[in-house]
Amino acid sequence: MPDASPIGIFIAGLLTLGIFSFLYKDNPVYKVCEAIFIGVSAAYWAVEYFYSALYRKFWLGVFPPAGSGVEADLLLWGGAILGALMLCRMIPKINWLSRWPLAFIVGATAGLYMMLFFVSNAMKQIESTMQPLIQDSLLETLGSFTIAIGTITGLIYFFFSKEHKGIFGGAAKVGIWVLMVTFGASFGYTVMSRMSLLIGRMDFLFNSWATNFGQMF
Amino acid sequence: MKRTIPILITFITGGIIVLAEFIPPWAILREHVLIYFQIIAVFAFFLGGGSLLKINCQKVVRKREDWQFAIVTLVGFFIMLALGLFKMGNPEMVDLGFAADLNASGSWFKNVFDAVKAPLSASMYSLLAFFIASASYRAFRAKNSDATVLLVSAFIILLGQTFVGVVSTGWMPEWMSFFKVENLSLWLLAKANLAGQRAILIGIALGIISMSLRVILGIERTHLSGGDE
Repeated sequence: MPDASPIGIFIAGLLTLGIFSFLYKDNPVYKVCEAIFIGVSAAYWAVEYFYSALYRKFWLGVFPPAGSGVEADLLLWGGAILGALMLCRMIPKINWLSRWPLAFIVGATAGLYMMLFFVSNAMKQIESTMQPLIQDSLLETLGSFTIAIGTITGLIYFFFSKEHKGIFGGAAKVGIWVLMVTFGASFGYTVMSRMSLLIGRMDFLFNSWATNFGQMF
Repeated sequence: MKRTIPILITFITGGIIVLAEFIPPWAILREHVLIYFQIIAVFAFFLGGGSLLKINCQKVVRKREDWQFAIVTLVGFFIMLALGLFKMGNPEMVDLGFAADLNASGSWFKNVFDAVKAPLSASMYSLLAFFIASASYRAFRAKNSDATVLLVSAFIILLGQTFVGVVSTGWMPEWMSFFKVENLSLWLLAKANLAGQRAILIGIALGIISMSLRVILGIERTHLSGGDE
């Protein structure tokens, strides 16, 4: 909080302590902080989306500012109509109309993800795996072999159309180990990221907040 | 009508996005589809906000358990909504009106974000550090070979990020530098971990591609289930 006001820092410290009070047990102070978090977060994202999408993309698109030289894009009304249909969910008699925007979102997501994952995940990852195995140093060669064998055996583990027996089963077993290394690394990283967040909060409490507290009182 | 039109909408929307990759003039259509997507998301947020209000108001009116906290949620929601929608205290409002930057320095919306939302969010997630410790206790038990691999991998990664880990293998001579915990940790992340990540990513990609095809072609219709037929 580089440019936060003293009262802002004071409130932030109190709320941080309120959340940490849960470590003792579930209590009213924690519940108040949790309730504030839910209310403020919901409103924050509603306002953010309202201005970034509805105002900037739709309103300024349909009614461009005078003298800007931009022509009104009437096609954008389609999005607003579909969005309004979403609200029909609240009216039982016509709630089936809310399926139309839902179908639009599902279709758009499916189309977008299909191409995105095909290009970035499937093709790029396969391309990066299919590299020369023999490298300049022994360590690099070992790394290339690990990546190639690890990826193939990991994929074999995910292939359930054939029973995991014999050589295929052995490869699947190696695949499990590779996946376990990945899960272990992810777990270790998650622990570290949560720890760094905790250290950040403690640093805030013991430095910024304590100093501010001393200056205020 | 209630099912056929949504299936057609899904087919046409998905089809436009996929075909726009191959037909450059259709890129404008894809851009509009993506803007529609964002506009619909705003209305979905209104629906979510309405649902939040409805649930909390019912809780207060019927005096259900912990109804007092529902008042706090409602007050927090309305204050933040008013501060943001009307851009209260925003220094850019004088010159730019509603085109002012929502997060302009000094605006009340930004101040509440800095003093309330950001610290609450960070504290909530940092609280998980304590619970992850108990999760580690359960995970870090070498019950079988798979669990042992997970344990060793996580242990090396954790140790490699700490001062103690670096010091503990600092005595190793240069020719054994690969086995220094920080190097081992880096190698695990860059090679073995990468192989697993790739297998997972390729698996996910193949799954999503096949699922998307099913959705676009109308074979998968679970998103249309519920309500009147």
